[in-house]
Order: sequence, then C-alpha cells, then structure tokens
Amino acid sequence: MVDPHLLFEQLFNGVQYGILLFLLAAGLTLVFGIMDMMNLAHGSLYMLGAYIAATVSLVTDSFLLGIAVALPATLVVGIFLEVVILRKLYDRGHLDQVLATFGMILFFNELVRLIWGPAGIEVPLPSILNQSLTLFSIPLPLYRILVIGVGLAVAGFLYVLVVKTKVGMLIRAGASNREMVGALGIDIKKIFTLVFGLGAALAALAGAMAGPIFAATIGMGENILIQVLVVIVIGGIGSIRGAFVGALLIGVIEIMGRSFLGDFFKLFLPDNAAETAAPAAASMLIYILMAGVLFFRPQGLFPARSG
Amino acid sequence: MKKTFILGVSALALTLAAPQAMAAKAKEIKIGFVTTLSGGAGVIGKDMRNSVQIALDHLGNKMGGVPVKVLFEDDQVKPEVGKQKTEKLLYKDKVDIISGFIWSHVVLASRNSVVKAGKFLIISNAGTSKIAGRLCHKNIFSTSWQNDQVPMAMGEVLNKRGVKSLYIIAPNYAAGRDMVAGVERTFKGKILGKDLTKWPTQLDFSAELAKARASKADGVFIFYPGRATNAFMRQYAQAGLTKTPLYSVFSVDSLSLPKLQQAKLTNVLGTYSTQFWAPDLDTPVNKKFVADYRKKFGSYPSHYGAQSYDSIMLIDSAVRAAGGDLKKMDTMRAAFRKADYGSVRGKYVYGNNHFPIQDFYLRKVIADADGKWTTKIEQKVYTNHQDVYASKCKMKKTW
Repeated sequence: MVDPHLLFEQLFNGVQYGILLFLLAAGLTLVFGIMDMMNLAHGSLYMLGAYIAATVSLVTDSFLLGIAVALPATLVVGIFLEVVILRKLYDRGHLDQVLATFGMILFFNELVRLIWGPAGIEVPLPSILNQSLTLFSIPLPLYRILVIGVGLAVAGFLYVLVVKTKVGMLIRAGASNREMVGALGIDIKKIFTLVFGLGAALAALAGAMAGPIFAATIGMGENILIQVLVVIVIGGIGSIRGAFVGALLIGVIEIMGRSFLGDFFKLFLPDNAAETAAPAAASMLIYILMAGVLFFRPQGLFPARSG
Repeated sequence: MKKTFILGVSALALTLAAPQAMAAKAKEIKIGFVTTLSGGAGVIGKDMRNSVQIALDHLGNKMGGVPVKVLFEDDQVKPEVGKQKTEKLLYKDKVDIISGFIWSHVVLASRNSVVKAGKFLIISNAGTSKIAGRLCHKNIFSTSWQNDQVPMAMGEVLNKRGVKSLYIIAPNYAAGRDMVAGVERTFKGKILGKDLTKWPTQLDFSAELAKARASKADGVFIFYPGRATNAFMRQYAQAGLTKTPLYSVFSVDSLSLPKLQQAKLTNVLGTYSTQFWAPDLDTPVNKKFVADYRKKFGSYPSHYGAQSYDSIMLIDSAVRAAGGDLKKMDTMRAAFRKADYGSVRGKYVYGNNHFPIQDFYLRKVIADADGKWTTKIEQKVYTNHQDVYASKCKMKKTW
C-alpha cells in the first residue's frame, strides 16, 4: 500500500527532525537533570543563537562563520545569565524558577525585536547546500543530511565528554548526588556554570542549524520547547542517552503521524472528517506516547539518577 | 437695503443654526485599529499601521474637518486577546469605529463585542466565510475580500494553464480551510493529495513536501501567510521540488519577498499568485499610495497595507457624508454602502453582505528596475466577482 520510497524518505525526515530536537534537548536535560533547574529560557538561547548566526552569516556571507560566532557568543550570554540571575534561584522551588525563566522569555523576545525588528531574518545558505542529493531515486535535501551529521557528531562528543572525561564524571556525580560532590571538595558552582554554558552553546548550535530551515523568528523557541520537554521527560531527565533516543522517537512519530495518519483515517472516516481530524490527532501522538511512558516508566526510558 | 436685510436675516439664522451644527459635529474621531504588532506576524501589523499613516497624511489627519486619532492594539494572533483589546477600545478608549483585523479567528471572536456596542466594524483583512454569510451585519463592512475568492481565482488560472493535477498544503485553521475550499470549488483537475498542518506552530514541512513530490502532481497549491511563507519556500527549494510549479495565495507578497530575496531563494521568481491588488495596479490612487509609501518607508506596501489604506478612506467618505456627526449611523451606513471613495483598486460596489464585488488578478514575481523583488499583474482573472457566501447573508441589497 504505502510506497517504500516515501516511507524511507519520511523516516529520513523523522530522524532529521529528531536530531534537531536532540540538539536542544541535550542542553536542557543537562541543566534540568544536573542542576535541578527548570529553565524555560532555553528556547530563548536557541533563538539568540539563530539570530546571531543569521546576522553574522548575512554580513560575512559565510554560514560557517555564523555558527562559529554564535556558539561562543551564546555561551557567554548563558554564563552571564547563570551567574547574575539563575544562581539565585537554585534554592527556590521549581515554580519560582519557571516564573523567573518565563520572564526571561518575554525579555529576550522584546530584546530581539528591539535589535532585529519584528520580521525575523532569513539565512542564506551557500547554494550548494540548498540542493538535494538523490539516493535510491529519492531526493534528500543536502542541508538536512548535514543537520543529521552535526547531530551525530554532537551526540558522540557528549558521550565522550560525559562517559570518558573527568569533567563528565563530575557532571554525572552531580546528577546523582549533588551534596556528596560538594562534600568531597569539588566546586559544584563552577560545574553548574560550565554545564549551563554548555547547554547554552548547544541551544545556539540548534538555533544556528534551524535558522536555514525555519528562518530566525521571534518566539521560535517556545514553539519547539514543548516538544523538547516531552523528549526529556520520555528519555529520562538528566540523561543524554535518553534525550537522544527520546528525540529520535518523537521526531519519527511526529513525521510519520503527519504523513500517514490522514490516509489511515480515510479507511474508516469520510474524507472531509479524516482531513481535519488527522492533523489534530497527529499532534497528539507524542503526548500519548509520553503518557504511556510515564505510566509504565515514570522515571523515563533511561533514568539518570537511578544509581 | 434689501440686500443687507437678507444678509442680516441669514446671519441671524446662521448664529441660531450654527451652535446646533457645532454640537452635533464630533470634536474628535477615534478609530480603534486591532492588528498584530508583536511576534512573527508583527510585520503585517507594521505594514498596516504604516499604510494607515499614509492615509492620514493624505487626509491631513482630518475627516470632514474633524481631527482623527487612530488607536492601535495588538491582538497577538490570539482570539481571546483580540476580543479583550476590542472591548478595551470600545469601553475604555470610547472609540467611534473599530477597524483592522488580520485573522479570521480573531475577528470572529471580536465581532459580537462591536455589534453589541452598536459601532461600525470595518474589516481590513480577515475575510472569513462566516461574516460574509450567516454572521453578516448591517454595521460590518470589509475593504478586503472573502477568503475563498482569491483561491477560486487561482483555480481558474490553473484550469486555463492546463494544470491537470494538484497537491494542496495549507494550515489547519479557519482561513486555511477556506482557501482549500476555494481552490477546490473552481479547479477542474484532479487533487492528488491534501495536507492541513498545525497552525501556527508547525514550521517543518518535510513530511508534507515528501508526500507532494511522491504524488507527482503537476503543481502545488499553498497558503502560508506571515513567517511560515519563508520557511515553506526555503524547504520547497531544499526538497528538490523546484521543477514543480508553485501556486500560492496570500503567501508571496511585499512582506515576504524582501526576506526571500535576502535568502536568495530564486525559485520564488516567476511563481504565480492571485490577488485583488498589486503594487503596480494602474489606478491614480494606487500610484499615489504606493509612491508615497515607498518614499516614506523605503519598501513596497503589501495588500494588507492597501486594504488598511482603503479602510481609512472608506471611513472618511462616511464621516464626510454625515457632516462629521458620528451619531448619524444611518447616513454613515448609506455612505459606506455606496463605496464612493478613492480606493486603491478603483471603483467597486458592495454586495448585500457588505463585501466588495471586485476584480481579481494573476500576479507574477519579478525583479523590478532596481532589482527589488515584487509582484506584477499578468492578467485579470475575474471581473466584478462576488463571493459565494453572499447568498447565505440575510441582508437584502437596497442600494
């Protein structure tokens, strides 16, 4: 029934979308899991990364340079935020953190409007990246292949960082038992600042990579943040591996739902009803999955604090 | 002697009559203009506000000799916010007339507030089928179109161009469904597939574009207003669909084109869209409007702006007809119905539902003499076209 070419292509699209979610989720899950800090402004850092990358690549005509500037710039903003604002919130409850970081979202949206105006920025890609690569007679957008490549590289980098290095050991230790790490004479504050900066840089990378697909716009972070939260809840808060698996799962389910649910509904519903019901049902799928995961594994698929 | 007597009597009569006339004439006219000023769609509201400014400049900030003040409010593309802002304008600012509204779902939420307050509502954009039909009202007028008309015109164009099969992608909200219904009503070929996407949050169209390509349709029809236009156009190019012609409504316009040009998306050049207006539409009013807009703001106005300009000019014609006395609702309504003002589109008449009966054109994206991307009229598609929902409106045409 379903064309295998289309199925393969949609799988590719799902993986690509999942990778983009992963870039965001990795930073958020680190901050949430290790610092026990609910940071809604993660989406704002994503937006900031997209805007800085877009501006630099417009001025210099180099997409790479845009990313190269956006990452450290957003990292600095992230560290600044951590030191000036967020540090004061660690001892407060999640509700206070949500309120404060929600305020930061509003602040950043207005800041971006003041600097760049309301219209958003288009990011020109080198024309070679605006093409598609034909694989088994399926044209795959070259840029999306690049996104997958970058995502996998980041996943590899984080794996090595968290599992093989001393810093990673401290991060994992911080996630398991914060007080104990402090008691052992490790400056947990520094680790927190580092983790938050890393999260900000990852968000900026996600923003810079998303810019050429969606364009940099105000509020772009809020749209995607909800799905990212679903990803880290499914994956297990604080777990990079969980974020990776969760993101791919959500990406593939989202795309597959949008692709084939309509046809599926048409099997037993009148065409008109199926056409309106399918997009609504497709956007519910990931939440249904989340509810299912929470029911059977309340800690998520890969709980970080289990031991 | 006789002359002075007459003069004296006239003068006396004037002094007696004048205070009454003065009392009736409003001291100031307040127009509440609801649009979107924040977020990604803020760019539309900005264009509308700029165009209102041009209209006020042309009027010398006066209507029928009375100073005008326009109060802008931001609906944030949210129906509940739009309604709240409308009520704020009506009851706190005590405006005389409500105008604006980009979004169908926002105007639907705000409509009853204006009707209950007994004020006029001059809609500058949103062309929902409900207000053109069942929910029409004697105090509601549109200076735009009914949503379906523009895609219907596109359907006719597709027939004429020999397009045999079509794939449709549009957002899943009131206007999106109207657009799809419109093109389906006139397009005679086969529709190979249709995707309605989540609005306004979904900006990834990879799944839909893959399906469109797999369907091997002759053309793709889309409706993606605001920031979604650029995301869509870019992904269209990246998905290797450049060989499939793209036909759009309310997507490729003066607001999205500078951004598309900035992104060097040359596949947009040469694509077609339908509309009642284009920056190059050859009427004296339009030439003046476009020239003054470009001089003041450095870019082409969009149809949102053109309609907003018309809204202010239409209100002006009614205020003048009533001699500045805004309490003369019946006189003003009669003037609105005549549409006897300098519209950017030239002369048009109102149907029984207070929506314009007007011409529609096919527009092509070109680079102008300075290399700026803009739309140019190719041909007229409809002459004096009336929307199909007019018959569902219970008002009778008596003018």
